[in-house]
Amino acid sequence: MAETEQPILIYDRVDRNRRNTFLLLFVFVALLAGASIAMGIVLGLPYPFAPLLIIPFLIIALITYYRSPQVALAISQAHEVTKGDEPELYRTVENLCIGAGLPMPKVYIIEDGSPNAFATGRDPDHAAIAVTRGLLQKLDKLELEGVIAHELSHIGNYDIRVMTIVVVLVGLAALMADFALRLTLFGAGRRSSNRGRGGGAGVAIIYVIALAAIILTPIAAQLIRFAISRQREFLADASAALLTRYPEGLARALEKISADPDPLEVANKATAHLYINNPLREHKSFLNNLFSTHPPVEERIQLLRSMA
Amino acid sequence: MAVVIIIVVIVGIIALIGLVLVGIYNGLIRSRVRTREAWSGIDIQLKRRANLIPNLVETVRGYAAHERQTFENVTRARAMLQQAGTAAEAAQANNFLTETLRSLFAVAENYPELKANQNFLDLQNELSDIEEKIAYARQFYNRNVSTYNTRIQTVPNVIVANMFGFKRFEFFEAPEEAREVPEISFAPPTTPGEPPPASPPAPPET
Repeated sequence: MAETEQPILIYDRVDRNRRNTFLLLFVFVALLAGASIAMGIVLGLPYPFAPLLIIPFLIIALITYYRSPQVALAISQAHEVTKGDEPELYRTVENLCIGAGLPMPKVYIIEDGSPNAFATGRDPDHAAIAVTRGLLQKLDKLELEGVIAHELSHIGNYDIRVMTIVVVLVGLAALMADFALRLTLFGAGRRSSNRGRGGGAGVAIIYVIALAAIILTPIAAQLIRFAISRQREFLADASAALLTRYPEGLARALEKISADPDPLEVANKATAHLYINNPLREHKSFLNNLFSTHPPVEERIQLLRSMA
Repeated sequence: MAVVIIIVVIVGIIALIGLVLVGIYNGLIRSRVRTREAWSGIDIQLKRRANLIPNLVETVRGYAAHERQTFENVTRARAMLQQAGTAAEAAQANNFLTETLRSLFAVAENYPELKANQNFLDLQNELSDIEEKIAYARQFYNRNVSTYNTRIQTVPNVIVANMFGFKRFEFFEAPEEAREVPEISFAPPTTPGEPPPASPPAPPET
């Protein structure tokens, strides 16, 4: 059977994801630590204290990590539904959860005519899945199953955790850069010139490098976030096809979702990466491709059709 | 001196092999626990299904008391399901129950009042929901079984598996013939005048 060829059981993929997450966290924290050291130098803090600057930011990160799924749901104006409210949606989620060996997530609905969906949370035990009203109205049962299976794959693969962490860290990088720039421009200049008198050119170079690091860190962080998000979409498509045994359902759903003219009103740049398909209508260009949260939908549909 | 080095090397190799074996053993245990968990996913749904049967039979009996043979078959299939010890037995009993239920619902087609009964409709909906859940639970279980069975049969795991008596799990099968039988043995609901012949398919030997 093909099952033995690749790590198809979610457990194996979870293991791999855990490694990737660890690696990602390591790179990210190193990046942020570097930035905070750079910031300390720009601020004129004596060397041993410069790295300590990361501590308040890490505390902020920890708080946002636990709060961010609720925030994402709140921004999207999603409300929780029970089995009594939406029996068909709820049953679809229930059945696919059994097939994927996952606990039942919370189910949310976004009252918006544009068809779309996303999953969020820390881990399968603290997960939520949100679909728009338009998705329920415009898709048939098989297509809906495809979409739900895609979202459940994000949960089962721990993509939701990775995405939450990445979002928190990207936000943190932006926050740090903002903080640093303000301090540099308005306050710290004086102190640094006091200290810098003895060093001369050496200090000036460090100063430039530090400034460059502060500016480049959030951009690099953003790029990493998009790269990860796109790779995960392909993986979730593949797992969904495996779970429903009917890739055509998800392919048709993606066609409908991408062809739909209604923009999703509650989506913005901060939540776009969560959705099954990019809810923002953007122009096609190299730069947009580089910054895109989702692979081109045509490519995904083609890949799904090749599995059938 | 040379002897000491040789002893150290040998001890080192033995320790290394031991570590690898422990790793393999733990991996197999984890895989087995997961497969058993997956089985309990099916088991829950099978129990739910079996628990609905008495209520269903009573409801139908209220309208169609003389369809004794059909009720007996359903009840027998339920008892088989509850007594099933292995995955294969449970699968067989479950498929038998599916067939007998199909004939029960075919009988119900002939009683318009029964078909309008809210309790009957609820039971019918719940049973079809459970059937779908069993199908998904089966998919998950069988995927676990195939991974586990492959694992315990491949080198080097097979050595540890044989040493500690890891046994293969049975698949939970839904044989295709179960789907064809009703079309042969039961009259289609298009002939409402006479009740369909309620002769059950031969019960599978256990």
